[in-house]
Amino acid sequence: MSMLCQICGKSPATVHFTEIHDNKMTEIHVCERCAEEKGLHTPAKKHQFDIADLLAGMVDTMTANEEERVGHVQCPRCRLLYSQFKETGRLGCAECYTAFQFQLRPLLRRIHGDTRHQGKIPARDGEGATRSRQIQRLHDELQRLVEREEFERAASVRDEIRRLELEAETPQEGRA
Amino acid sequence: MSPLPQPPHDFEDLMTRPSPWLSGEGPQADLVLSTRIRLARNLASVPFTHRAREEQLQGVLLSVSGAAQRSDSFHGGLLLRMDEMSPIERQILVERHLVSHELGDASRPRGIVIASDERLSLMINEEDHLRLQAMTPGFQLAEGWALADRADDELDAGLDFAFSNDIGYLTSCPTNAGTGLRASVLIHLPALVLLDEIQRVLKSVMQVGLNVRGLYGEHSEVMGNLFQISNQTTLGRSERDSIESLERATRHIIEMERQARERMLRDARVQIEDKVWRAYGTLRFCRSIHSREVINLCSAVRLGVALGLEGLCPLHVINELLIVTQPAHLQRLHGSELTPAERNVYRAQLVRERLETAEHGADRSP
Repeated sequence: MSMLCQICGKSPATVHFTEIHDNKMTEIHVCERCAEEKGLHTPAKKHQFDIADLLAGMVDTMTANEEERVGHVQCPRCRLLYSQFKETGRLGCAECYTAFQFQLRPLLRRIHGDTRHQGKIPARDGEGATRSRQIQRLHDELQRLVEREEFERAASVRDEIRRLELEAETPQEGRA
Repeated sequence: MSPLPQPPHDFEDLMTRPSPWLSGEGPQADLVLSTRIRLARNLASVPFTHRAREEQLQGVLLSVSGAAQRSDSFHGGLLLRMDEMSPIERQILVERHLVSHELGDASRPRGIVIASDERLSLMINEEDHLRLQAMTPGFQLAEGWALADRADDELDAGLDFAFSNDIGYLTSCPTNAGTGLRASVLIHLPALVLLDEIQRVLKSVMQVGLNVRGLYGEHSEVMGNLFQISNQTTLGRSERDSIESLERATRHIIEMERQARERMLRDARVQIEDKVWRAYGTLRFCRSIHSREVINLCSAVRLGVALGLEGLCPLHVINELLIVTQPAHLQRLHGSELTPAERNVYRAQLVRERLETAEHGADRSP
């Protein structure tokens, strides 16, 4: 059973907030439609993009001091400094993408207009990557169904997402 | 030590065969010379080429060429190591578009595997560890993609590519991250240039996120009215998506060029025919000629062939002239180094001979 909206009590809650009011933390779970009506509409995805855009802006307007600090971030594997990447435009190794992820994300967004891979995946990565993209697709589907108020189907999509998420977590725990 | 012994006659073989991607065949070959699909890949366990040590790059060369030999796509292919070739031989590969300037310039352990039909090739230790390339004649994006996609799958079976779920294939330069795909077409647009409509068309191409540049890459001006149109971004769109949008834009440009040609013929047929035949006459009888002039005159002749003027040479002859009149090919064919002035004389001789042979070939055919 999926959680229902705390405002209308009918639709499944897909938007989750943590509100801090008078030093008291309240969790709010509402549906997409009520969130929109109450002006609470900030889906997590959009929120992340705003942060990325903000970062992109910040990178350009960084003070010399901040610039120097970011420049000293170093890839633990190939020892490339972020400042070296900024000079040459070339990363040192695959690990650099993780080491510099906060600097790279806004950069990738500016270059490509996007930061999420949509293309083919190596056969050996297949299962995990396919699953995570399937989950992403189901989330999109869920959003659409909720918008169209097809709640029964939305609930079953939500269950499918849960199942896949559980499946994704299990082998990882096994390995750790 | 190379895993594949490489007798010199293999390179000779390659030299004497015309590049299949210049055969003048394939869909829309009168406008589109060739289609290229390139995929960038790196091994997860080794730093990117510019950051790796010599012995690591030796290891990459060995394991990638080994994986290539085990794949169906490259089985029996030719491995050439850059450090075992003369500068002229390396330059020849650049002129044939098999090797980039970066790879051709190399003193580090770099190489290329060329599949037996030369449509597929694999640069090793260029900017990325692997640069897989499929070159097909004419306008064949889907076919090129199918070739490259299959070869990529086969290589993937034996190699561990650097990949993340979020960002996709990880490349040395973030502009290639994601699919690592660069799909491009080499297209001849003389009527749009002549009628001064090219800027407008190219601007509209760039607005839909595609990239346009001249035949010989970023650092040169456009020669011979030849343009390379390619996808710009690699993240957030699937390969098929990128290829389809390039396909749509190219079809649009082809349509615009064909309309411009019709208008040109309607309004100025005599002037166009005169320009084409004067270009042909210069090529056929010149005694000293610069490569830039060859490229520009070939553009006019190519237009004439495409417009169906009788008595000119076949398209593949013009395509091959563009390659064999380049400095390294010229010197290799001549058998010795030449000064620029000597090159111009030998180039003129070569062009005259090729066109004469084509004329005799045409005489013999019914």
